[in-house]
This record gives sequence, structure tokens and C-alpha cells, in this order.
Amino acid sequence: MDKIPILRMGAFLLVTIQVDLYDRLALNLEADLVQMVNNTNAKGVLIDISAVSIVDSFMGRIIGNIASMSKILDAETVVVGMQPAVAITLIELGLPLKGVHTALDMEKGMNLLKSMIEVTEEDEDQEQDDDLIAE
Amino acid sequence: MSLKTHQLLQKKKKIILELWMKNQLADEGLREDLISNEELRMQSEELIDALIGNLSGANFTNLDSEEWNPVIEILGGIAITRARQGFSPRETGNFVFSLKEAILEVLQGEIPNDAKALYAESTKINRLMDNLSVVTFETFIKGREEVILRQTDEITEISTPVIRVWDGILALPIIGTLDSARTQIVMENLLQEIVETGSSIAILDISGVPAVDSLVAQHLIKTVSATRLMGAECIISGIRPEIAQTVVHLGIDLSNIITKATLASALAYSFRAMRLEVRKINSLQKN
Repeated sequence: MDKIPILRMGAFLLVTIQVDLYDRLALNLEADLVQMVNNTNAKGVLIDISAVSIVDSFMGRIIGNIASMSKILDAETVVVGMQPAVAITLIELGLPLKGVHTALDMEKGMNLLKSMIEVTEEDEDQEQDDDLIAE
Repeated sequence: MSLKTHQLLQKKKKIILELWMKNQLADEGLREDLISNEELRMQSEELIDALIGNLSGANFTNLDSEEWNPVIEILGGIAITRARQGFSPRETGNFVFSLKEAILEVLQGEIPNDAKALYAESTKINRLMDNLSVVTFETFIKGREEVILRQTDEITEISTPVIRVWDGILALPIIGTLDSARTQIVMENLLQEIVETGSSIAILDISGVPAVDSLVAQHLIKTVSATRLMGAECIISGIRPEIAQTVVHLGIDLSNIITKATLASALAYSFRAMRLEVRKINSLQKN
């Protein structure tokens, strides 16, 4: 079974979707990601969909769901790198993805997340502790 | 057409050409600015050769038959070129009609004493040349229509320019009515340009849109939402008071879209959002 890797970077989680998502893969990603947000106490989720060229209403909903779920777990979601064709499709499908933040590329997305989330020193200490424990 | 007349015309080809050229050159509608006399003579000669070579056939009245293809091809070619060069329909029509006159004139000179034969041959020539005129006109109009179609395409192309007003700020002035097809082009151009330039703000200026109804508003909202999905911000500017009135009367909700009255204020807003400052410098002061 394919899996989409979820990378942790400081207080953020990084998801880069390199393949076209099929339904099962998307559902798995949703479950994994929410689990991961809970486990790592992440403050932000960055989803890069620059390689995704096909979306349907289901995919649109999954992205919306991930954002809402993360929000409940106190993490902001930023979707970056959406293709023009994908954006037009989502709008035509009537899915403007309310509640999802968007950015043009990874860098801008990162800056947006950083400006939204005040990473407190306490959290950073926590992370370092986690890293020590992991070692 | 009788064999005799055919041979006669074959023999008098040169004279017909001269007469025809004279007719054409004497015509008021001669367009020396569009076509040179040499070129005109070449065209005329080519047509006469093909036409008179064909006159022997029995298929005199039926232009659909294959043997007429070369003549119709030549005529069609001339008509299309003339349509593109901007000849008027009258000038194009006269091209064929003056040939008819030339042929009839020669016939008249050659069959002076036999009124019956002259009438019969003239009628045939008349019918043939009228048919050829119709073909010419049809092709001419087709040529004009092609020109119109090409212009329509060009207008759609040039009416949706995306302007880079500042590093990271795009502007898209919309001129003319927005329909679904155009919105699609506008949206695609804008989104493509956002990706290419990495701009974070797009200004949609609608001062050139004559009227906004619920459909146009719907299209605008779609464009703004799509831009937002891409990760850029979209501002609508150039909203005239009448348009503001219509929008409110129609009950269209634009509250979650940033709207500005003028392009200038939209630009000022963009500068603020990008934390840029425009200042007046004191020119007298030396650095």
C-alpha cells in the first residue's frame, strides 16, 4: 500500500503530494495526518500539491476536512502550490475551500505559517526534549 | 457553344485581354494602391486562358462539373486575395463583369450579320459569366468572414492583458462585457501569470465593464476565489457608483472580497499589504 510521507519540521508538519491522489490514498493521508498532528503536537500543517494535476470533489473535500480537523487540534493548515487548472476546477465544483489558508509556494507558505503561529520558546524546548528522548 | 465561336474566341484571346484590361483600367474603381497593373494583367491573363480553354465543353451551364474546377479555383483565389487586400464587393464584381463586356464586344464585332446566332451565343456567355460572378462573390464573402473571425480572435486575445504593475502585484483591466467564455480566458491568464511571476496580489479592474449583472458578479467571485486558492489575494477595483448600486439591488454579497473604488486605492492597499511605502522626496536636498 502506498503511503504519503509526513515530515516533521519543528512545530510544523510537511506533506508533499508527489502522485495523483486516489480515494483510498487520500483517506489514509487524512487519518495519518490527524494522528500525526495529535502525536507531535504540531502547530501547523503545510500541504504541497504542486505536483497534483487532477482533483475531483472528493479530493477537495478531503483537503477541507484535513484543515477542519487540524483546526480542532489547534493547528493551521496551509495549502501551497496549487496549479491554475486545479484552482479553476475546484471553483467550478463549488469548493472554494473556506478555512484553508493558501500560498503560492513552499517558502511563502512557511512564512505565512510562522506569522500565524507564535512559536513560543516553551514549545521549542519541548521539541528539543523530544529529540533527546528519541536519541 | 458552337465550335466556331469557340475557335473564334480562342483566336481573339489577345484582343479580349486587351479590351478587358482597357475596361478595367478605365474603371473608376481601379485600385492602383492595392494592386499593380502588371499584377492585374497577370491575373486577368491566367483567368482568360483557363476560361477560354474550357469553352469547348458541353457542360456549359453546369459549373459543378469537374472541367470547370481550374477556372473556379483561379477565380476563388483572386476573390480571396481581394477580400484580404480590402477590395470592395463592387470592385471585385466589376473584375468579372468587365470581362463579360469584353467578350460580348468581340462577339458582336465578329458576328455582325447574324442576329440570331449572336443572340444565342451572347445568352450563353451571359449565363456563364453570371454564374462565375456568383462564385466570385461567394468566395469573396467567405474571405471576408475569415477576416472577421480572425479579428474576433485577436480582440479576445488583446482584451485580456495581465499587467505587472509592481514586483509581486499584477493588474488585470477588464474592458467590455464579461461572459462565461471570456471569464474562463481571464481566469486562466491571470492564474498562469500569478504562477509565472510569483505575485501575491492581483488587482481586477472593472472600470471598463459596462454593466454588472448577477452572472457577471458570479464570474468575478469565481475568479477571486480561484486566485485565493492559488495563494494570492485578489482585489476588485474600479467599481463605479452605478455598479455599486446594481450590485446591492441585486443582493449580491461581495462582503468577503476586497473592493476598492479606483486602481490607485487598490495599489495603495497592495503597498500597505506588502509593507511598502511610497514617499515624496525633496528634490532640492542633495544627498
